[in-house]
Amino acid sequence: MSDELMVRAENVHKSFGPLEVLKGVDLAVRPGEVSCVIGPSGSGKSTFLRCINHLEKINAGRIWVDGELVGYRERGGKLYEMREKEVAAQRRSIGMVFQRFNLFPHMTALENVMEAPLRVRRESRAEVRERATALLDRVGLASKIGNYPGQLSGGQQQRVAIARALAMRPKLMLFDEPTSALDPELVGEVLDVMKDLARDGMTMIVVTHEIGFAREVGDSLIFMDGGVVVESGAPDEVLGNPRHDRTRTFLSKVL
Amino acid sequence: MRHPGRWLAVAVLAVLTAMFVHMLVTNDAFQWAFMVDNMFRPPIIEGLVRGTVVMTICAMLLGVTLGVVIAVMRLSDNPILRAVAWLYTWFFRAVPRLVLLAVFGNLGILWSRIEFGVPFDTQIGRLFGIDNLELRAFGFTSRDVLTGFMAGLLGLALSEAAYMAEIVRAGIQSVEGGQAEAATALGMSRGQTLRRVVLPQAMRVIIPPTGNETIAMLKDTSLLLYVPVSMELFFQLDAVGKRTFQIFPMYVAACLWYLLLTSVLLVGQYFLERHFSRGYGQQARARMKLRGFAAEQGGGGGGTGAVG
Repeated sequence: MSDELMVRAENVHKSFGPLEVLKGVDLAVRPGEVSCVIGPSGSGKSTFLRCINHLEKINAGRIWVDGELVGYRERGGKLYEMREKEVAAQRRSIGMVFQRFNLFPHMTALENVMEAPLRVRRESRAEVRERATALLDRVGLASKIGNYPGQLSGGQQQRVAIARALAMRPKLMLFDEPTSALDPELVGEVLDVMKDLARDGMTMIVVTHEIGFAREVGDSLIFMDGGVVVESGAPDEVLGNPRHDRTRTFLSKVL
Repeated sequence: MRHPGRWLAVAVLAVLTAMFVHMLVTNDAFQWAFMVDNMFRPPIIEGLVRGTVVMTICAMLLGVTLGVVIAVMRLSDNPILRAVAWLYTWFFRAVPRLVLLAVFGNLGILWSRIEFGVPFDTQIGRLFGIDNLELRAFGFTSRDVLTGFMAGLLGLALSEAAYMAEIVRAGIQSVEGGQAEAATALGMSRGQTLRRVVLPQAMRVIIPPTGNETIAMLKDTSLLLYVPVSMELFFQLDAVGKRTFQIFPMYVAACLWYLLLTSVLLVGQYFLERHFSRGYGQQARARMKLRGFAAEQGGGGGGTGAVG
């Protein structure tokens, strides 16, 4: 069954010391699906996203991406943690976009996008440059390829960050509140790029506060609170006819 | 007059400067001609090149390299590496450089030969009834290796590594955590993340104090007098002074040489700092204006959301 899914999570638990942030999260995302995760801050949605590419080690449960167990190897019913190198290899096919962009400030936009394909995949420079230029053009920044991140607006930086993640040709993209650090007038340009990606058939998991985006672009909507998935389903269903009180309370505050 | 205070200060300083110049010119003890005749003699220039310039370069190269290693150890997850790194910096920062150099200069007393191999080999051999078991890979006579230059280099470099470790550590810690995270998420290894993402950014914080350390190192090569290292600038100037009983002119010559050398380093430091501040601050903004201007002229869809 897991072969048909791009992402499958089963009973994922995560604690920071005594604080249990994830208390058994399940998730299934089909290839090409855009899955939006909403919920109050502290609900564990960002932590869960970071577990999917093993930036956070999970304490219990299992996560598969494209049929492959993330961060662990199963042998005789027991889980063994993978070596750093093997985890890095898994991360190559999972793109991630952060709330605070995290572009490399000492590299130009073009260098930011070229870095990973060059160093990690060791592809030829000419080929990478061509692809990186095309990607920056795709996110509308063809004229900014020589600029350093400090010379770009927040929206432009986030678009470079998306291009940087795409340069590794990921099969899955994780977005961690990609528009939360942006001035309101810059949110649209980033969402436009994400919509374009979704139309292209990219599998995406988007932690967001943009309910409008979730409704318009999302194939499924997940509402998390207190470290568990409270409710999930088609966006219109969850937003228009929430079954749980907690969902209703949250939506009444954000809508 | 709009700034009477300023004019007053100028007047006072002018008088003081005149007094100083007067002393330089009229006091015979300066022996200017003698100084100029002697400060460029071949042994002094050789000492300057080998003992001061080459030593500074070697000691800093070794010190910075070892310092980076110790800083990375200090920040590692491994508690043993962390402890070793702490112990190292504690020792080499606690012992004065002059004392350290005297110790390194006399290590020959401790060992006539330095050998590497299995520790306690003879003792272990005796345990199994073998007499004089020697499991040594290689060795050398200390007099061959711990000559003045090597002893001095070791003393300066090991001590420098301790200071550099602290500087590098501060630099690495100044880089925002999201940077390493972004690199990790792209599938970069720990080493790549450190080399390509973290260290280049840490450089902005590391370079200015390293420049100061280099200048301090250049000056500290004069401490090699106590190893002793004879092929060194201050040793040679001091020797000429003592031999000719014209000590003061040679000390003035030393001041002038060190002034010249450190000034050269200051220029280098300026350009290095400019290079590593790429993408930050004032200059970045100035460059942005230039590039932005060029981009506007070139036209193109630089604006918002031109996708689809």
